Amino acid sequence: MKVTTHPIETDKMVLNFGPQHPSTHGTLRIIMELDGETVTKATPEIGYLHSGFEKLGEDLDFNQYITITDRMNYLSPLCNNVAYALAAEKLMELEVSKRTEYIRVLMCELSRIADHLLSVGMLAVDLGAMTAFLYGFRVREDIYDLFEMATGTRLTTSYTLVGGLMRDIPDGYDKAVLKVLDEVDEVANDIEALLNKNRIWHDRTKNIGVISKEDAISYGISGPMARAAGIEWDIRVNEPYSRYDEFDFDVAIALNGDVFDRYLVRMEEIRQSIKICHQSLEKMPPGDVIIDPGSGYSLPPKDEVYNSIEGLIYHFEVTMPNRGMTPPVGEAYVPTESPNGELGFYIVSDGNRTPYRVRTRPPSLINYSIFSKLIEGHMLSDAPAILGSINIIAGELDR
Amino acid sequence: MSLADTLSQIKATFPETVFDVTEHAGEKIIHIQGLVVLDVLGEFQKSGFNFLADITAVDNMTLGGFERFAVVYHLLSQETAERVTVKAYVSEENLILPSVESLWKTADWQEREIYDLFGITFEGHPNLVRIMNPDDFEGHPLRKDYPRLGRKERDNFPIVERRIGRKAQRN
Repeated sequence: MKVTTHPIETDKMVLNFGPQHPSTHGTLRIIMELDGETVTKATPEIGYLHSGFEKLGEDLDFNQYITITDRMNYLSPLCNNVAYALAAEKLMELEVSKRTEYIRVLMCELSRIADHLLSVGMLAVDLGAMTAFLYGFRVREDIYDLFEMATGTRLTTSYTLVGGLMRDIPDGYDKAVLKVLDEVDEVANDIEALLNKNRIWHDRTKNIGVISKEDAISYGISGPMARAAGIEWDIRVNEPYSRYDEFDFDVAIALNGDVFDRYLVRMEEIRQSIKICHQSLEKMPPGDVIIDPGSGYSLPPKDEVYNSIEGLIYHFEVTMPNRGMTPPVGEAYVPTESPNGELGFYIVSDGNRTPYRVRTRPPSLINYSIFSKLIEGHMLSDAPAILGSINIIAGELDR
Repeated sequence: MSLADTLSQIKATFPETVFDVTEHAGEKIIHIQGLVVLDVLGEFQKSGFNFLADITAVDNMTLGGFERFAVVYHLLSQETAERVTVKAYVSEENLILPSVESLWKTADWQEREIYDLFGITFEGHPNLVRIMNPDDFEGHPLRKDYPRLGRKERDNFPIVERRIGRKAQRN
């Protein structure tokens, strides 16, 4: 008997991945051409959640738009709030108090921890490791409780105002934060104990979706994805904003640029964020959290608005359509280091109470643009791994 | 090369197509003619501005400017940690400017977004189709003359005839 070994002829198959696939965590659609189980071509289609946030920005005044920024990256809304407030303050050339900046740093780092815990957990759960996800999700709830204590809400925080913060952090906040930070540290150890030397995890993530240094620059990749590809660039260190230069922390770098390295960078960033939170609480200076309302740029504190006639008058002076703040004519672009990468706000002002143009530099969109290059030649089952490591947030992707 | 040197060199190389160099809140903005944007950004890339952070556009209809539309490029030099904004102006009659996709791949999707939302065409772009809106969408929403409340509901959805229920299956 003769055994023949000629290859089996297979047809190309077109697979529609999404827009309602569980591992897309939002509404993404990818049209994949498959040869057997190997992806030969992938075409991402986006825009399913396009809601015209930039057009809305032209009609809302500077403080109103902060509520819209919550809805962009809904895993770390505080980072968006801070980034937008920084851009508006740069446009108006306002100096906020030291306490404001320290609280903003604390809040940004807590959001970074929450975002990374969920992104690592989602990556794990898409690859079948449920436990790591549950560990992360439980402590993320505690961080959300901290947000609720400070801002009043868990998701749509709208914590910043142009020129400061909506309110100061409550008494005893530092104790609550320290307690959660200890838990986060423990959970990070647990997750790493589960995954770092796990053979299945290695097989599913190592050498998958490798980004070279040149590609990362060319595609505009930023944040943990760029640092996992060996690019030493962290806006918090290289172009410090909000007094990040007064904090002592290290930048996590990995060299291979694959999914595993992106996971390692995120885990290390959680540890560094814990360090920054500790320093911020230790060095927290006293003072106001909003600039002087007399300057015409900030809303007065809420209890003054409700309890005194002057406060109410000031409030209306800033919020009424025919009054409002009058920023100078000009434009400002502020880059910040959000959990996903460079989150920038570009505001053009024509001197009216509403901005002339608001643009968000969305890290999700720009990091996602390399996806079709990464998936080419990989198995179909690697698609959730690569998608999870990019950490796409549909609200920010489509805006 | 530092930013000041690069700017003066570019001003000397393109004397007629660089309109102005301005500054707001400590950031330098260079205003250029749209047709030379590929050459100017190539010069910036050679002198160390290796990272194209963002591309967007502004409709100057009521703001005033050198032309109706400005395409805005935010460049970053990772050597010197300096940023510069390049504004390339295109007129309403001739809405076309060269694509910088050959210099940075990140321009691919962002230029598609500008094409979709502003209607500016990029010459030499490999795949210039709408990215946010559906392919048969009419108009460009981020233009200042596009109404904020939109143009009513869409009525041009293709109607798919379906066979419903058992009755249809029998046929």
